[in-house]
Amino acid sequence: MALKDITLGQYFPGNSPLHRMDPRTKILGITLYIVALFMAKSFVSYGFLFAVLAALIRISRVPVKSIVRGLKPVVFILVFTALLNIFYTPGEHVLLRIWVLTVTLEGVRTAFFMVVRIMMLIAGTFLLTYTTSPILLTDGIENLLSPLKKLRVPVHELAMMMSIALRFIPTLIEETDKIMSAQRARGADFETGNLIQRAKALIPLLVPLFISAFRRADELAVAMECRCYHGGEGRTRLRQLKYRTLDWVTLTLALVMCAVVFILGKFGL
Amino acid sequence: MDAIIETKQLSHVYSAGTPFERAALNCVDFTAYRGEYLGIIGHTGSGKSTLIQHLNGLLKPTSGQVLYEGQDIWSDPKLTRQTRFNVGLVFQYPEYQLFEETVYKDIAFGPGNMGLDQQEIDRRVRQAAAFVGLTEEQLEKSPFELSGGQKRRVAIAGVIAMEPKVLILDEPTAGLDPVGVEAILSNIRDYHEAHNATIILVSHSMEEVARSVDRLVVVNDSVIPFHGTPREVFRHGQELENMGLGVPQMTRVFNRLRALGANIDDSVYTIEQAKNAILKAKGVL
Repeated sequence: MALKDITLGQYFPGNSPLHRMDPRTKILGITLYIVALFMAKSFVSYGFLFAVLAALIRISRVPVKSIVRGLKPVVFILVFTALLNIFYTPGEHVLLRIWVLTVTLEGVRTAFFMVVRIMMLIAGTFLLTYTTSPILLTDGIENLLSPLKKLRVPVHELAMMMSIALRFIPTLIEETDKIMSAQRARGADFETGNLIQRAKALIPLLVPLFISAFRRADELAVAMECRCYHGGEGRTRLRQLKYRTLDWVTLTLALVMCAVVFILGKFGL
Repeated sequence: MDAIIETKQLSHVYSAGTPFERAALNCVDFTAYRGEYLGIIGHTGSGKSTLIQHLNGLLKPTSGQVLYEGQDIWSDPKLTRQTRFNVGLVFQYPEYQLFEETVYKDIAFGPGNMGLDQQEIDRRVRQAAAFVGLTEEQLEKSPFELSGGQKRRVAIAGVIAMEPKVLILDEPTAGLDPVGVEAILSNIRDYHEAHNATIILVSHSMEEVARSVDRLVVVNDSVIPFHGTPREVFRHGQELENMGLGVPQMTRVFNRLRALGANIDDSVYTIEQAKNAILKAKGVL
């Protein structure tokens, strides 16, 4: 088992306009794209959004292959959704009847749109995580959520927790790998046996892993306090987020995209 | 001397077929003989950790073979598992692998996995604990109550309790104080002598390996450029220096003396040898 091969926060370094964009623009843009996806009702509007997505992927220069690969884990959900919709949508144009199940034209149509919608939704959000480093992403989220500070939501703390969590994922994976090897060297067997045996086999892995995670957390907290960290108040940043012309243009285009889908909907498309 | 572990044209590539592909070993022929005390030295990232993880079947070769007592350890899954018990591997900072409620149970984890009976496990645990100098009373403690050095000894005892014929230790003294270093090294020597076991000590401290081992293997850039007795290996002073390894301090002092024109032994690497060489040069001996 090669734990190292798992990619989390799958950032693809690059220098496309999408990479250079302010993370807030991308988050807002994706949100508008999702809104548009849920307003879309016809082949025309879906086609339009698909074209937008394809263009964005092209601009980002993220290999299409890796986006498709990202869709693999959700295949089960897609199939499940499709089946539910095919069999449980009532309609007039009955295509097929198997025992108590009826397949209607409306059902097939809904299922198709549902699957396309989920796929496009995931591909769109992948585009965000592929082109934005995790650190910038949390910076963007923190900034966008900052109005909530008025409501005493600890936005800065939440963002800091997120950054730290992201930062330590590779470290923990490495640690897991190491402890697994060490226990295997003592004859531990993680691969065979029934469910209960396998769950038991995880104890020699999980106990040291938790202990080292707590130790690390403790050390990090001390190191942060030594450098006088005391939360977000009055804290300046190394990376200042700044909207540029590219961002304003993108946001405008995103709004236009929403408007187009909305108007298409009005015309019954 | 007959070989106990051999690798034949062993190569290993990490993350093969991805953009992160990286060769860690390149056609390595390595031999450890029965009953010898072998040192492996190499810089961080030289491939030495990858090499030792092949010796007990934790890593599978990308190509080439690993032979234990002449048999390919990957020819049969049972043999692979058996090899893990015959070849004990103590990782770097092994104290982070402790997990049981008591020291006793933690040391018993390895022997327990071997499927031994209670009586035999008990004997081995107590013997291993004695080897590393743990008291009866400490055996009933939680391993997390112990000091860093004691934890390390518990972890080493956990591997020794499997009574491996080959004991591999990756930087067993890293981060310990001088007293702790001495204690661990003498525990290892005791095990070596008591069981006539093959010991493979991985280190980057020249002083440490120089005074312990019979033979040295140098790993650099995924290959073994040379091996031999410490005396032979330290003659490659300049090459070692270029690898970022250097030679023991005593050897460096003596090389400088020779460069200054002193007629003195050129293969000194311990303080004891240095003393004798100087006395000899002075005509006292």
